[in-house]
Amino acid sequence: MSQERPKKLYGLAAEFTTTPGIYHAAEKVKDAGFRWFDCLVPFPVHGLDRAMGVKMTILPIIVFCAGVTGFIAACCLQIFTNSLEVDLWALVPVVGYQFDVSGKPLLGPAAFVPVAFEMTVLFSALTAVFGTLILNKLPMFYHPTLKHPALARATDDRFFLVIEARDPKFVRSEVEAFLHTLEPESIIELDA
Amino acid sequence: MKVADINNDHLRLSGIAKKAGPALAGVGAAFLGLSAALGSGEWTTFWKSYLFAWMVAVGIALGAMFFVLLQHMTRSGWSISVRRLAEAIAKNLKWMWVLFLPILIMVLKGEGDLLYQWGNAQLMEHDHLLHKKATYLSPTFWSARAVFYLVVWAVVASLYFKWSTAQDADGDVKWTHKMQKWAPICMILYAFTQSYAAIDWMMTLQPKWFSTMFPVYFWSATMAGFFASIILLARYLQKTGHVQKSITTEHYHDLGKWLFGLGVVFWAYIAFSQYMLIWYANLPVETGWYITRQLGGWASISLLLLFGHFLVPFLLLITRWTKRWRCTLPVIAAWMVLMFFVDIYWLVFPVIPETAIAEASSYNELANLVSSGEVSVGYGFTLVNFTCVIGMFALLCGGTLINLRSCNLVASADPRLDEALHFENA
Repeated sequence: MSQERPKKLYGLAAEFTTTPGIYHAAEKVKDAGFRWFDCLVPFPVHGLDRAMGVKMTILPIIVFCAGVTGFIAACCLQIFTNSLEVDLWALVPVVGYQFDVSGKPLLGPAAFVPVAFEMTVLFSALTAVFGTLILNKLPMFYHPTLKHPALARATDDRFFLVIEARDPKFVRSEVEAFLHTLEPESIIELDA
Repeated sequence: MKVADINNDHLRLSGIAKKAGPALAGVGAAFLGLSAALGSGEWTTFWKSYLFAWMVAVGIALGAMFFVLLQHMTRSGWSISVRRLAEAIAKNLKWMWVLFLPILIMVLKGEGDLLYQWGNAQLMEHDHLLHKKATYLSPTFWSARAVFYLVVWAVVASLYFKWSTAQDADGDVKWTHKMQKWAPICMILYAFTQSYAAIDWMMTLQPKWFSTMFPVYFWSATMAGFFASIILLARYLQKTGHVQKSITTEHYHDLGKWLFGLGVVFWAYIAFSQYMLIWYANLPVETGWYITRQLGGWASISLLLLFGHFLVPFLLLITRWTKRWRCTLPVIAAWMVLMFFVDIYWLVFPVIPETAIAEASSYNELANLVSSGEVSVGYGFTLVNFTCVIGMFALLCGGTLINLRSCNLVASADPRLDEALHFENA
């Protein structure tokens, strides 16, 4: 007989059957001062993130900065390669590939725009994709809420509110009593 | 499906907004009369100003028609709250053709050269390229096409207004089906007529010049004009106490996105694409159009468009809060309406005589001729430029408010109204 390791508590989940149920529960949990809690719902519930007090993501700002970086990088690259002519430390002459293309000026901003545009889009798009993954801690191969069989219904017809044990206000007995006041269908204990 | 009850949301125009319609229309007519008085003698200036004003007004109305058709094509739910406003703007097309009659009569009378260089029969006869275009640009064919466009727009715009308001009365879903059924056909008609109207009325001002991107450019310009206008109209109606619940922050946010996407970004994309191809190819027959806009005073107007129509609004509208906050969006929208005026002004006014391009041996020579004033590129402001466009825009606003007097301000019996009232931008 294998010896069971002592189980560590991940958190407590309250089960709700309706969207108003979880919506108002989320408001109360937020107002009670909990920070580490989450809602598991089978479909997007409008306004739930506001009820939970979830802040706007900073992803747009990161993406904007990445776009600006891409734009500047593209401009520098093109100006450097096309029309640069400087003496580095006054000794080493550095000259770009000064191709004369149908008599256009070497420093022709109109020709630089498409590349600058594409680089802006490329930097922004890659940052958006990978930024989303990183901010959401993805890919994630294991999550404690995936383990309990009852929580599988979060993909079907049940709404769960999970208060995690790492929350500074988490005292097991108090949280359990508090969750009871929200009148859930049931309260489930989640192992880490 | 349950239809939301918004009947107590001040759906009927009342108070000052009700009186404003006829007043604005009166002001508009007075300004147009004043323009005719100011313009007599200087008929070339007058006709240019009149065409500019006409393109501004018809551009906004056509943008509204496009929006209405698109919402039905895509079966959109979010836009029900503001669709009636677009329908009312578009319905101006039912009578707007009257304002085109002066231009039509002038061209048919054989005085077209006051406005269009192709109106000069001698020029058309002696220039090979223009001679080849003479059939397309003959006053009769040109006028026949114009009549066709105007009839199509009048019919489509008034039918959609009629069907939509008929649904207010009986709440029958068959109107929705009907509007959706006809939307693709009307959209194709719209695309053809507006494209050719842009070519006929504005591109031929420089008769040898051609750009297949020009109609799209005009379209994206009208998108800026229309979405900015509808934001202002919605704000005006709410300020005067109407439709407080029916139009929400979410609708402003979405209209702001449209303004940002089509009126600012897509506009810049098309403007630059057109510019870059002509710049790269460097063909004399094409570059003349841009040379005109890079010389003399027009250079600063071009830069104003680059910054005022693209860079600054791009940075202002890119964030979420500027589109949602009711203090910022209408201000940006008002600025964009102004920029739409400047844009159309920039399209219509700079014209260089085709003979001057043909005779100049180099760009520098042409530039010198322009800067010394020997060749006119049509730069300079006169009072008529402003009175015409103020008059026409006031008529458009007045007409819109008059159209709204006869109906609910929201398509209150649309089966998807619930969706419009409750949707949220994630």
